[in-house]
Amino acid sequence: MTTVMARPDVPANPVPTPGQVDAQGLTPDQDLVQLIGPDGRRTSGSPFAALVADIGPEELRSIYRDLVVVRRIDAEATALQRQGQLGLWAPLLGQEAAQVGSARALGADDFVFASYREHGVAYCRGVDPTMMMRFWRGSTQSGWNPYEFGMTTPAIVVGSQALHATGYAMGIQHDGASSAAVAYFGDGATSQGDLSEAFGFAATFLAPVVFFCQNNQWAISEPVHLQSHLAIAKRGEGFGIPSIRVDGNDVLAVCAVTRHALARAYSGQGPTLIEAVTFRMGPHTTSDDPSRYRAPAEEEEWKAKDPLARVRALLEAEGLIDAAYLEQVTTSADETARSLRSGCIGTVEPLPMSLFDQVYAEPHPLIEEERASYAAYLERLEDQSS
Amino acid sequence: MTTMALGKAINAGLRCAMESDPKVVLMGEDIGKLGGVFRVTEGLQQEFGEQRVIDTPLAESGIIGTAVGMAMRGYRPVCEIQFDGFAYPAFDQIVSQVAKLHNRTKGDVKMPMTIRIPYGGGIGAVEHHSESPEAYFAHTAGLRVVTCSNAADGHLMIRQAIASEDPVIFFEPKRRYWEKGEVDEQASLESAPLHRARVVVAGTDVTIATYGPLVSTALAAASVAAEEGISLEVIDLRTLSPIDFDSLEASVGRTGRLVVAHEASVFLGVGAEIAARISERCFFRLEAPVLRIGGFSVPYPPAKLEDAFLPDADRILDAVDRSLAI
Repeated sequence: MTTVMARPDVPANPVPTPGQVDAQGLTPDQDLVQLIGPDGRRTSGSPFAALVADIGPEELRSIYRDLVVVRRIDAEATALQRQGQLGLWAPLLGQEAAQVGSARALGADDFVFASYREHGVAYCRGVDPTMMMRFWRGSTQSGWNPYEFGMTTPAIVVGSQALHATGYAMGIQHDGASSAAVAYFGDGATSQGDLSEAFGFAATFLAPVVFFCQNNQWAISEPVHLQSHLAIAKRGEGFGIPSIRVDGNDVLAVCAVTRHALARAYSGQGPTLIEAVTFRMGPHTTSDDPSRYRAPAEEEEWKAKDPLARVRALLEAEGLIDAAYLEQVTTSADETARSLRSGCIGTVEPLPMSLFDQVYAEPHPLIEEERASYAAYLERLEDQSS
Repeated sequence: MTTMALGKAINAGLRCAMESDPKVVLMGEDIGKLGGVFRVTEGLQQEFGEQRVIDTPLAESGIIGTAVGMAMRGYRPVCEIQFDGFAYPAFDQIVSQVAKLHNRTKGDVKMPMTIRIPYGGGIGAVEHHSESPEAYFAHTAGLRVVTCSNAADGHLMIRQAIASEDPVIFFEPKRRYWEKGEVDEQASLESAPLHRARVVVAGTDVTIATYGPLVSTALAAASVAAEEGISLEVIDLRTLSPIDFDSLEASVGRTGRLVVAHEASVFLGVGAEIAARISERCFFRLEAPVLRIGGFSVPYPPAKLEDAFLPDADRILDAVDRSLAI
């Protein structure tokens, strides 16, 4: 029997007062960790503020630049899809703070197990946006080497990666290392059995894993209440996993709670579940049409909570930005966009014979037979056409 | 040489693998204190500790999914699925992740995982404890699928599977766990290739290709046939992905007749692939169509009916007669 301990100075799992809860068993304002309000003002009183007290003006400016660049990457990719350069794109519009805030909390030795919308996380891990494009262009199943960036490439079967993160964390534990695995997933994935199994394994073995749920309210056309009767953060409790609900559009609050969860993992206290409450402002993918299932009013409501606008308002209120800085940010975003566009268009496409590469790590006679047979077929075709 | 039962031989093979590579970890339900429901992992937790022989929660997808993460961290997990019929909750992780990760990442991520599955019937078990799901896995690119039929192979092949850089589904014929054989515990990993079939008994009239639990059955059939003056060549396939068609072709080239036998349903089973390939390769050398015998296209029946469902020596001999009658 293991005991899960919370850090005494941080309330890991505030309990709502009976009678003040909504349909999901929550008092939305009370139990949502928030450090910057939608109006850009710092909120006071949260014990989590201490965890990001070191983030000064320069870092705040660089965070804002990341948020803008990531949004620009997303817009450029959507444009590339519309122009036929990508087969598909899963926009992260609206989720920039949840991704940049959490990714910036990570250490180099931590390992991210991503879903497929974590372009902002990938950017923060140092992945060249061109590498991201190649997957969505259909040129490869994996745009980068996971070990190079400490981050997996997209997991399309939602929730599958939570188990991989948990197993990786068990490996960290066996190694006696003090790093963490971080599983990113969405609200839809929480309905998958693999998530429950991951929670179970992680809690049992006290694995150093952070479960980071971006609750963006929609799983394609299905609203979050179709996935869960309770707030997603509440699911952790039943497994004995301390859980935190955070304003996912507040980059500082997300960073703070992620640091808290990582500190628990590093110090052998086991898993933490973070529910970052955010909103998918765009479609599920470029093939989706949200107007068929959600009201414009909801989109308007969330526009007022835009994760970029509030950081900008904060920077302005604290006198931390000027025209020159904003110009730099725009230039940086434009350069990134230009580079990923030319990188995407200039992709060297794989050759047909590469079909047979790396199916197995060791030689396999069936693969070799088919490789030879297909090569002979291609040769016959060429002979006939010449 | 030591005489030991198949289950004990696999146990000894696991111990060897764990001794020679500290990255080998065992994961599964009841494999620790209990030593597995078939005792195949008996004594290993006492010897190697709870860190290396991990009793997991009862969640097959969880076992395989966390093993994926362990493998990504550099470990070499050996997972036990307690019974064949419990492999399906893990099917998604096996087919969508374990099988594909190496290819997906262009070789950056390796999956040196072994998934042990006790399979097949004949033990009078309740539902979901007697199935032969090997074709599902053999159909999936990225997996290797092997099965042992005797103690010597149990010891050697489990070590080879664990040493493989690719994921291996390792099927163990549960009703043969107690059959004894001679085991060379010092046999090197290179002493016989993992993916090579073996001629168990040489013959001249009909080739019987089979694997796992039915190898003993085929040998019994060969003895009966011999008394009638019919010479059967029994081939233990040993490997189902890849399949060693070269050895099969060589044998059928000699006999001109082939019967494939397995417990799994005949329809779209391993025998179907063998029949197709051998028909292509040996078209002018075949004296009769390739015949297949195996389970019927019905769910695995209750214990009192399993003798009717499972191919026995008589059904193999009946197929031999039909082949020779052409």
